[in-house]
Amino acid sequence: MSQKAIKLLGGNRPKDKNNIITISLVVALFAIVELLKGTGHISNLLSGLLVPICMYITLAVSLNLVVGILGELSLGHAGFMCVGAYSSALFSLVTKDMIPMTWLRLILAFLIGGLVAAIFGLLIGVPVLRLKGDYLAIVTLAFGEIIKNLVTILHLGVDSHGIHFSTESVAALHLQEDGKILIKGALGITGVPKSSTFEIGFIIVMLTLLVSLNLVNSAKGRVIMAIRDNRIAAESVGINITTYKLFVFSLSAFFAGLAGVLYSHNLATLTANTNNFGYNMSIAILLLVVLGGVGSIRGSVIAAIILTALPELLRGLSDYRMLIYSILLIVIMLFNASPKLVALRERYSPKNLFKRIFRKKQPEKEANADV
Amino acid sequence: MQFLSFLISGLSLGSVYALIALGYTMVYGIAKMLNFAHGDVIMVGAYLIYVVSTMQHLPLWVGILASVAGCTVLGMLIERLAYKPLRGAQSLAVLITAIGVSYFLQNAALLIFGSSPKSFTSVINRKPISLFGGELVISWEAILTLVVSVLIMIALTVFINKSKQGKAMRAVSEDRDAAQLMGINVNRTITLTFAIGSALAAVAGILLCSSYPTLTPYTGAMPGIKAFTAAVFGGIGSVPGAMLGGVLIGIIQMLANGYISTQLSDAIVFAVLIIVLLVKPTGLLGKKINEKV
Repeated sequence: MSQKAIKLLGGNRPKDKNNIITISLVVALFAIVELLKGTGHISNLLSGLLVPICMYITLAVSLNLVVGILGELSLGHAGFMCVGAYSSALFSLVTKDMIPMTWLRLILAFLIGGLVAAIFGLLIGVPVLRLKGDYLAIVTLAFGEIIKNLVTILHLGVDSHGIHFSTESVAALHLQEDGKILIKGALGITGVPKSSTFEIGFIIVMLTLLVSLNLVNSAKGRVIMAIRDNRIAAESVGINITTYKLFVFSLSAFFAGLAGVLYSHNLATLTANTNNFGYNMSIAILLLVVLGGVGSIRGSVIAAIILTALPELLRGLSDYRMLIYSILLIVIMLFNASPKLVALRERYSPKNLFKRIFRKKQPEKEANADV
Repeated sequence: MQFLSFLISGLSLGSVYALIALGYTMVYGIAKMLNFAHGDVIMVGAYLIYVVSTMQHLPLWVGILASVAGCTVLGMLIERLAYKPLRGAQSLAVLITAIGVSYFLQNAALLIFGSSPKSFTSVINRKPISLFGGELVISWEAILTLVVSVLIMIALTVFINKSKQGKAMRAVSEDRDAAQLMGINVNRTITLTFAIGSALAAVAGILLCSSYPTLTPYTGAMPGIKAFTAAVFGGIGSVPGAMLGGVLIGIIQMLANGYISTQLSDAIVFAVLIIVLLVKPTGLLGKKINEKV
């Protein structure tokens, strides 16, 4: 591999092998799925999950930038996704006839979705990032809910007189005969071209991963982690904390916006409710981040793949699947984070077990040495 | 007159929020965790009284007793099984476990009762009071909610400030290690906090479903989030703060509902929360935290 390529994959220091592993893992998985798809070995159920999996990976990795790298708990990530989804869906709907090239329209849609989300991230970040800890978390949750709430009452239409909008009903838009309704309040947007594919999802995932991994290993990334580890110390060596925090926050919002574009271009009707853009979604994304390991980008990728596929894989259990899912979640968390269980697990981990067996041959020697 | 009627329904809703917020804030103060499953305990409490009094036709007081007792046990059980093993772990891990518990309660209720809403029978069956020639109508549920909540809040304040266990709770929330050194059984105090919080949630569930009589497995989620907002609004960890925050959030929601827009009332509540937190970053009655290097 050329020096430049290695650098692109996350720098050239020895510890960056880790990043190359992450990237190769994703590429390998992509290749396997493509191979299976090509030979027709993939079930309908799984192929329907491919775009959502890409979306969840993007969401989890981007939230991990805020939670893991910046060290602030955000509970409003779905709000940025919502902004990205709606702005890009609106764009695609309007330009469906104007721009015939699907690829160009899609690239523009991604750009618009991401940028609008990033702008929202910046605007929300300015007040939010002044707060700390749980207060910051609740304010991000509040912003996410406000975004979802505003989107559900928004009615938008366009006619020869220009753009009309209302918060009440379609009738209140007073459209001319040639008018076209774009957003129908709680009924959302219909007719967005379904142009999200697994390949596009893969490109978005790779983009998110490359930027995130490079950021973590860059000088900027180290500054951000210094802020996370000790804000006051970082401030006292002259780091402008607000700038860096805002940067990470809006970068994370940008990627969430991209995930929103993937989402909105994968549906026939785009509506906003608690489960897709509300706090339930924000919490579901946070769940991926924590299960994968806060601060571990590879962990986020793996958790997103497993947890998105899990409820579908448990489908055989029909009614019990969500119950089992929740029990699994609690058990995994206890097993992963409980101080006692972690100690127990470390004692019996394959590595330490091997050590103990190996050491058994000479226990007396050690004991004597101690005396 | 209209204002008065909005104010009264806001006060009644707000006092329910306050009861729930007390559970959040007490648990936060003592165990330093956000108990996201708290909202779903409300739902369990409402289902319990529904099963006992509506389905089995047992007297009302049996239902209320079963609901409060059931939720108290449930709260202690959740604490013992899911949160206690995580004591000393990362706070995010505890948060996710609480979310897991919340999913569990919702899905268990979904399995047992199905997703179709149950119509909840109000605990009092009397015609609403009509004042000023029918211009002001006050439901008995609103009066009952207000009276019960005020009584509970007074009792709780007395308990926390005067009793020995209350003193222990305050001590643990102040400094857990120091409290342990003084001979306070920290584990038992935390369990007691969960028990009280869950009992309050059961009462809140009964009162809430008497005023808004549709019961689904997701009934508790939104009031839970609102009450959490209320707890933060008042300054999380502060008991009077939770009461004040709850009542204010309820009134704001009802006024926004009445004067501005039904669909926007949630957004307005959250917007007020954001503004308050920007002016007072630790809530209305929250303590200012001094930063240490």
